[in-house]
Amino acid sequence: MFKITTKTIVAIGLGAAIFMLLFMYVKVPSPIPETSFQTAYGLSAFFATLFGPIAGALISFIGHALNDAVQYGSVWWSWVIASGVSGFIFGFAFNRTKVEDGVFDGKDILTFNIIQIIGNVVSWVVVAPVLDILIYQEPVNLVFTQGLAAAGMNIISAGVIGTLLLVAYAATRTKKGSLKKK
Amino acid sequence: MVLMDKKAIIEFDHFSFQYYSQAEPTLHDINLKIYPGEKILIVGPSGSGKSTLGHCINGLIPFSYKGEITGSLTIKGQDTRELNIFELSKKVGTVLQDSDGQFVGLTAGEDIAFALENDCVRQDVMHERVRKVAQMVDMDTLLKSSPFELSGGQKQRTSLAGVMIDEVDILLFDEPLANLDPATGKRAIEIINDIHCNSTKTVLIIEHRLEDVLHRDVTRVIVLDEGRIIADMDAHSLVCSDLLRKTGIREPLYITALKYAGVKVTCDMQPGYIETLKTDSAGEAVRSWYKAIHPEKRINTNPSIIKMEQVSFSYDGIRKVLQDINIDIREGEMVSLVGKNGAGKSTLSKLLCGFEKEDDGIIRYFGEDIREKTIKERAEIIGLVMQNPNQMISKAMIYDEVALGLRLRSVPEEEIKPRVEKVLKICGLEPFIDWPISALSYGQKKRVTIASILVLDPKILILDEPTAGQDYRHYTDIMEFLVEINKLGVTIILITHDMHLMLEYTPRAIVLSEGKLIADTAASVVLTDEQVIEEANLKETSLFALAQHTGIANGTAFVQGFIDYERELKNR
Amino acid sequence: MSLKMKLFSYNIVDTFVHRLSGLTKLLCFLLLTFAVMYSYDLRVILFVMLFSFIVLYISKIKFSQIRTMVIYVLIFVITNAIISFFFSPEFGVEIYGTRHEIAHLFGKVYLTQEQLLYQVTKLFKYVSVIPLGMIFLLTTNPSEFASSINGVGVHYKAAYAVALTLRYFPDIQRDYRDISLAQQARGLDLSRKAKFTDRFKNALLIIIPLIFSTLDRIDLISNAMDLRGFGKGKKRTWYTFKKLDKQDILAIVLSALIFIGSLCVSAFVNHSRFYNPFI
Ligand SMILES: Nc1ncnc2c1ncn2[C@@H]1O[C@H](COP(=O)(O)OP(=O)(O)OP(=O)(O)O)[C@@H](O)[C@H]1O
Ligand SMILES: Nc1ncnc2c1ncn2[C@@H]1O[C@H](COP(=O)(O)OP(=O)(O)OP(=O)(O)O)[C@@H](O)[C@H]1O
Ligand SMILES: [Mg+2]
Ligand SMILES: [Mg+2]
Repeated sequence: MFKITTKTIVAIGLGAAIFMLLFMYVKVPSPIPETSFQTAYGLSAFFATLFGPIAGALISFIGHALNDAVQYGSVWWSWVIASGVSGFIFGFAFNRTKVEDGVFDGKDILTFNIIQIIGNVVSWVVVAPVLDILIYQEPVNLVFTQGLAAAGMNIISAGVIGTLLLVAYAATRTKKGSLKKK
Repeated sequence: MVLMDKKAIIEFDHFSFQYYSQAEPTLHDINLKIYPGEKILIVGPSGSGKSTLGHCINGLIPFSYKGEITGSLTIKGQDTRELNIFELSKKVGTVLQDSDGQFVGLTAGEDIAFALENDCVRQDVMHERVRKVAQMVDMDTLLKSSPFELSGGQKQRTSLAGVMIDEVDILLFDEPLANLDPATGKRAIEIINDIHCNSTKTVLIIEHRLEDVLHRDVTRVIVLDEGRIIADMDAHSLVCSDLLRKTGIREPLYITALKYAGVKVTCDMQPGYIETLKTDSAGEAVRSWYKAIHPEKRINTNPSIIKMEQVSFSYDGIRKVLQDINIDIREGEMVSLVGKNGAGKSTLSKLLCGFEKEDDGIIRYFGEDIREKTIKERAEIIGLVMQNPNQMISKAMIYDEVALGLRLRSVPEEEIKPRVEKVLKICGLEPFIDWPISALSYGQKKRVTIASILVLDPKILILDEPTAGQDYRHYTDIMEFLVEINKLGVTIILITHDMHLMLEYTPRAIVLSEGKLIADTAASVVLTDEQVIEEANLKETSLFALAQHTGIANGTAFVQGFIDYERELKNR
Repeated sequence: MSLKMKLFSYNIVDTFVHRLSGLTKLLCFLLLTFAVMYSYDLRVILFVMLFSFIVLYISKIKFSQIRTMVIYVLIFVITNAIISFFFSPEFGVEIYGTRHEIAHLFGKVYLTQEQLLYQVTKLFKYVSVIPLGMIFLLTTNPSEFASSINGVGVHYKAAYAVALTLRYFPDIQRDYRDISLAQQARGLDLSRKAKFTDRFKNALLIIIPLIFSTLDRIDLISNAMDLRGFGKGKKRTWYTFKKLDKQDILAIVLSALIFIGSLCVSAFVNHSRFYNPFI
């Protein structure tokens, strides 16, 4: 599960690049004004499920850090680390679904989403606020409100985008000895 | 060359391989000996197992592709089962087809040094060796440039340097010519040849474009079909055998011409390479055949459908990618757009579709200025099929993919069904109508994307590299089907590096070079005009050489004659 | 959407800062960032800020390069300041344990000196690290990133992943744009007019081709890297690594001193992370 092959590394590198891109440009505006869903977390959940916790963690961490760097010129460590944690927890869906064998149905969808929800709750309702308090002494009630909102939004985008991506991916998988020439 | 010291450097012995997901083996009972210093060309139809064979040699099989191996493969006397991919990478250097995929460094220098970095070579040593190797492929002045500043050819050279940097004995090239413009491809073959001559390296080349590889000589040609070696002979005997036709590999054009002229191509004519071809006996036949052709004059008198006037464009506002382009295309025409890598061909197609906004100039559709039309509105008129099918496919099933455009336009389902089925029929995809796209070959995927555009019935169809990496059979399928829809009145613009395609299918060729239009005339003229060829990195066709060989003064007319003759054959 | 061919507009000017090794700059960046991260002493923070602005000046970074960043940051800190004030106007009082009212705004909301100090400190805490990041990003050759990250102790494989991100971001950005245009040409509506439920679907029509073509690319690239021996050893060297010289040592020592200084101030002067002038 924590094995690192060259493929994992490349997946991290390119995954982080897509994460960054989505983080910058592909926000789905939500019905609530001035807020939008980060499709990027759908992506990190997807990659984490395919490549494991390390990949998930580093994709979100690198992607988020570089995005901050490009946007603000510096890095908001509290939220970047939280992103990493979420990706790491998403990674526990790795090998717990049958997606690599081309099936991603009821049970797998459930597994994936439970893990995904845990990941988002832990990182946005626990890690991010606590770090905000430790580092920046932000008011407690403020950071937890923010955290809850973020968790909600990211659960939805990871849920919708992640699930749909995995379904689509499963459809492209081929089973052992299944390809026959006609 | 140190040939025939009887110790094989690569030896397949009753070797078979079956991919994990395949129902039966992809390579069957391969027996093959390759000796040090040989230069081997491996050809075969798409899907015949060429890359698979390559993967076995460089260790990607079984390291990265799982499957079942029987029999044995020994490299430099060691069984590959006892070697891991790292040990193998010290013996075999591989240049992959996709130079962007292979170019992992942020700059050319870093990419060339990549292998050394992994070996923990000291930095000063590293810089020294990089400089040396870079000189060999003359990249030494570009070591600091990033992939975006390099042309396709220069990227290829970088990859080459990258594998030559640790002294491997075997160099393996998988389709080194794909996506290179003709002249760059030609140069690539020359560079490979020089390396081969100036060293004792063993060279293996996997390639579809037989004639282009035979620009320099090879020791042997190995023909794969359905995972079996069906021929292992020198170029001459291969070309005069009927194997190429049988396996659906394109024979050199001059051979086709000779056959049209009724000449019996025999090995003693040394027909493998145009340079060695002896035509004394054939000259007469060719000349009389050429005289017999009565050129057909087909001038398209339809109104102009799309017109570019003084169009200029630049991505960054600094460097002009297109400059004062004037093009006028008539309804129902089939033209090809050619030019060197980075000339601006794809960019031009993006301008026509409104993907990019021209800086100045006018684009007209039937005389009407369409500059203000949105992407969506233009899409009603102009359909673009992009170079890489994977960039367009967003659905799992073929039917949905093709229907997508109509659904997004909220066309009622009951109307969608017949339209989709009709298009799938035209594209010969009917049998696969409810298949997952992932089960299709590259060529079939390409046709799916064409279908998904056709279904919106555009008046103009632009195809970017429709036949890249396709073998002759698929190539012919795609092209014949484009001719069909062209007959139905669709105007077709082909962006291509394939000079054969340009000659065979498009009477008119538009040539770009460094963003300027340098020629807009008959294909036969373009391919025989020294200066245009030079400027646009094109390659003179071997037909021209054949004309000279057989003492036909007007080479251009001869090439044109060949085209007319073929067209007659087809129309018959 | 602008297409940056390189992620950061790294400017090649020959200044003291540019000459430093990427590793040095990363180390200094981290040391100073953590210095302000830990301390809640306005004096320390202002000092670090002053220092980093001086370095910013030395490294000849043009304002045009950082304009957009500055705007984003200002928006962030201002909204943050306002929100956090209205969320808990008494937070400063809690922290400093005294209460000096300045003004009565409305209802139960008062403006206190403590709150003011707390918020001003926090604001500068955010702002002061910005120049540091910008300096690192804009004066370091992207080719040096990976070797620097590896240099501060991160495993070279993770470091190389960052290099790959920098290498392939522009490619992916270009793909993304081509794909979305192609889908729009097929009638995809990306405007806000689309129904909310459709927005996810439409986003997917672009993301799916992007991701799936990227998955193919991942196979290709990892094969290419395996074939050239990536990951065979415990260590690897770097073609672009810049060795440390006297100036680098100087810079590192200086930043280290500032870091330690900030810790000492908290430990021995303030006896807490906070500088409390009220008692
Ligand atoms: N990773 C894989 N898993 C399963 N089957 C594969 C895989 N790669 C290739 N194949 C199958 O093996 C056969 C040979 O593929 P290969 O790529 O070697 O053909 P090729 O001769 O290189 O074709 P082309 O000229 O198009 O590259 C094809 O039928 C292909 O479907
Ligand atoms: N999105 C882009 N942003 C910036 N520059 C670009 C972009 N796309 C292409 N270019 C540059 O514009 C020039 C023309 O590119 P284009 O893709 O049109 O060439 P081409 O003729 O299609 O080349 P090829 O035959 O290799 O496909 C190249 O120098 C390329 O680097
Ligand atoms: Mg192949
Ligand atoms: Mg192109």
